Amino acid sequence: MSALTKEEARGLIQEVLELYPETARKDRAQHLAVNEQEGQQSNCIVSNRKSLPGVMTARGCAYAGSKGVVWGPIKDMIHISHGPVGCGQYSRAGRRNYYVGYTGVNTFGTMNFTSDFQEKDIVFGGDKKLAKMIDEIDALFPLNKGVTVQSECPVGLIGDDIESVARKSSESLGKPVVPVRCEGFRGVSQSLGHHIANDTIRDWILDKQPKVDGGPYDVAIIGDYNIGGDAWSSRILLEEMGLNVVSQWSGDGTLAELQRCSSVRLNLLHCYRSMNYISRHMEAKYGIPWLEYNFFGPTKIAKSLREIATHFDDTIKEGAERVIAKYTPMMEAIIGRYRPRLAGKRVMLYVGGLRPRHVVGAYEDLGMEVVGTGYEFGHNDDYDRTMKEMGDATLLYDDVTAVEMERFAERLRPDLIGAGIKEKYVFQKMGIPFRQMHSWDYSGPYHGYDGFAIFARDMDMAVNSPVWSRLKPPWK
Amino acid sequence: MSQSAENILPCHPLFREPEYRDMLAAKAARFENKADMEKLEETFQWTTSPEYKELNFKREALTINPAKACQPLGAVLCALGFKDTLPYVHGSQGCVAYFRTYFNRHFKEPIACVSDSMTEDAAVFGGHPNMDAGLKNAHALYKPNIIAVSTTCMAEVIGDDLHAFITNAKKNGHIPMEAHTPSAHTPSFVGSHTTGYDNMMEGILRYFTLNEVHEKKVGSNGKINIIPGFETYLGNYRLLRRYMEEMGVEYTLLSDPSEVLDTPADGHYRMYSGGTTVEEIKDAPNAIDTLMVQPVCTGTKTRKFIQDTWGQPGQAVLPPMGLEWTDAFLMKVSELTGKAIPPSLELERGRLVDMMADSQAWLHGRKVSLYGDPDFVMGMCKFMMELGVEPLHVLIHNASKQVGKRLKKILDESPFGKSAQLHIGRDLWHLRSLVFEERPDFLIGNSYGKFIQRDTRHKGEAFEVPLVRLGFPIFDRHHLHRNTTLGYEGGMYILTEVVNTLLAELDRKTMGYGTTDYNFDLIR
Repeated sequence: MSALTKEEARGLIQEVLELYPETARKDRAQHLAVNEQEGQQSNCIVSNRKSLPGVMTARGCAYAGSKGVVWGPIKDMIHISHGPVGCGQYSRAGRRNYYVGYTGVNTFGTMNFTSDFQEKDIVFGGDKKLAKMIDEIDALFPLNKGVTVQSECPVGLIGDDIESVARKSSESLGKPVVPVRCEGFRGVSQSLGHHIANDTIRDWILDKQPKVDGGPYDVAIIGDYNIGGDAWSSRILLEEMGLNVVSQWSGDGTLAELQRCSSVRLNLLHCYRSMNYISRHMEAKYGIPWLEYNFFGPTKIAKSLREIATHFDDTIKEGAERVIAKYTPMMEAIIGRYRPRLAGKRVMLYVGGLRPRHVVGAYEDLGMEVVGTGYEFGHNDDYDRTMKEMGDATLLYDDVTAVEMERFAERLRPDLIGAGIKEKYVFQKMGIPFRQMHSWDYSGPYHGYDGFAIFARDMDMAVNSPVWSRLKPPWK
Repeated sequence: MSQSAENILPCHPLFREPEYRDMLAAKAARFENKADMEKLEETFQWTTSPEYKELNFKREALTINPAKACQPLGAVLCALGFKDTLPYVHGSQGCVAYFRTYFNRHFKEPIACVSDSMTEDAAVFGGHPNMDAGLKNAHALYKPNIIAVSTTCMAEVIGDDLHAFITNAKKNGHIPMEAHTPSAHTPSFVGSHTTGYDNMMEGILRYFTLNEVHEKKVGSNGKINIIPGFETYLGNYRLLRRYMEEMGVEYTLLSDPSEVLDTPADGHYRMYSGGTTVEEIKDAPNAIDTLMVQPVCTGTKTRKFIQDTWGQPGQAVLPPMGLEWTDAFLMKVSELTGKAIPPSLELERGRLVDMMADSQAWLHGRKVSLYGDPDFVMGMCKFMMELGVEPLHVLIHNASKQVGKRLKKILDESPFGKSAQLHIGRDLWHLRSLVFEERPDFLIGNSYGKFIQRDTRHKGEAFEVPLVRLGFPIFDRHHLHRNTTLGYEGGMYILTEVVNTLLAELDRKTMGYGTTDYNFDLIR
């Protein structure tokens, strides 16, 4: 059971809203809600709207969504941060999208390629520079498979024609060069960057590729960013059940895998928020069905494996059962070891992508309860899915501001908070155990059965660390 | 299955297990369309060749792995050093997410900073409504004493009039007239984070002192002002305070974020903590002089303001890093204030000299390649030469040719600087080519240098260049940002890091039983 009754939860929200000036209060009131499992679904909460000016939002921008999330992890292409130096530098190697390769030779994921715009580029435009950069890239990194141009704010504002540069360069190099209009001022968060990036994958890669026929068990993993190796601890299960993963993106992904996607029988979508657009496109254009799956925690993993198997024949169905049976003893041992240490603990979450809902089941497997959750950049369909996962009278908060989250945490005093680096140190100072749930706090993988073992260990080490009992000096 | 409840393998060992190795090898072989290993090796070797270096240095348009960041980042750090101050960035919100994250990762601390979340409509119609609402919300919610406004490239490209916007927000009652709102234009396509620091410092000093400057008199308060610059070592702020206190000098640090970036874990989150007060800023024109310990960083706008408006000498000091320049700094302070350098600092100096004597044999003639912000590189070159270390490649991405000339002069003054090659405006991919061409004994720089170390290691053990992590940012080691790099104390830390890195290298190379273990000694 949640710590609060519905009335108390509503009261808490009201109290927090009182902090705001009137206009801001009205806006924020729409983004804060008390969950009712049987309620009118997402009507109760508003999402995907502009953040208020002047409040501390955790949100990023369209560039972050495109370069940082969707395109950046395609490892054998070079992604240019086109504009001033900052965006490329701040997003360099920050997301732990692991990959196999020779960095600087045939893979480029942890590098920063930037046009480092100067004043003259703003005045005269950056198109010539861009064309030259692409040539220089090809000379210095001949094994690159293509280039993307990730536009930063000024590029759109000064009206550069990066599409034209891309077409010409692509022709002269014989490789894809993809212009991505992901300027940071577009949209309200990184979410639009995902959409824009998906559209460029559609227009500049998939639609230029003839559809090829694949085998009966060909599938693609889409929207797994391989944080700490997540996609690998997922892939291994799919392969063990007999599926043929011919394409994986964008974590540890390659251009060849993107291009091959049209041959698959089923697209397996992990991060719905960032990649549903391209999955829908492939469904419409190639008739490839897609399935949103959840590989956090044994309950959801087993459910997902079975759901995936329903799209295939008995061989795969048996494969799924075999995989579940194989790992069940290990899962039981993990839960046997950690559940007693974690049962009854209450968790507050605030992340992006799929995690505000997908990890709820994993916590439940450990006997923990999620008492509040919310998305940095979710849409209504995310909240539709989330409300079913969450208990009654739990808190839902969309684009929660720093001050709201602090007040919620002060009142709920959860045993664990899972959010991002911007929140981490605030709550640790408050004495609340914390795990970064964007980057897995430099651990991981958390996906799949192997990942759940690490997840359980990490949650235990956070919640049960001796440090939390040492905040007050013994003489006080 | 290698995972078990008794022995949970995290990613690094997990993915070295056979089933994962097989899986990844199969993926690469079947689906990635990747070049074969021979081709990869051959291409890697080519990237380490003189031919490649030539190609690399011909680059005109492309920047690869820069060693700099953009202006508003510096403005945010500067603002954080003033009491009860909220850094406010006028522009799109993604930038602030990045600034906060970048500093979170370096300092392992919360960073309070807001933006006014400009989007497409602001791009078309300007960000005036964002400023109105943003200042109102920020003021109501976070109750700062000062809101320090800087800009992003977006606001600069569309040409928003910062001053008018802020004034109007006050006139129209969104925030009280008396709310403190210094500001600075910090376009990301000009200069770097150090420029942004300079601009915000000037903006803050101007805001609080310009209208009252006629009431001020240089020297009347008997104090010395010190501007730390884009300083990311918390110990350096504390060192500057300690030195002034030990000398008995009245002083003001203009921007001191060492408290707000170092609050305790005791059950409470403090958004504001410590920092320079408004009274101190207002009193600063009365000081004898203002010393800028990062003379390049604050040597442009801030220095001009201090000289022209305050009428202080605004004397250039060299960064007090290492022995000689710390001596010079203390002597300058002594000269300006008439206070003697106390025995306690003489003792500390003597201890550093003692350490230099103890370690000199392991350092003399060793070659270092180093990179970072201009003032850091200058100070580090100077101290290395005092240790008998020879700077080999000296790389500053964010400096002018004039700074290059100053540094060249410093290098030329020492016999240990004779072989130094200066690279201004170049990036870390240039540096990679340089260290393959001519191998230094070690690198000094921020965490990004680890990729260069890995590449040198891949060429072979004999080519590996170890990295001594000094500078900003340091993401991949814990708590180094708490240390001190300035003053005699800083010299002790730098020296300790450098000599022990070299001794660890020696151990590593001399570990083979009966093959290389001559020199694998207990006592050094």
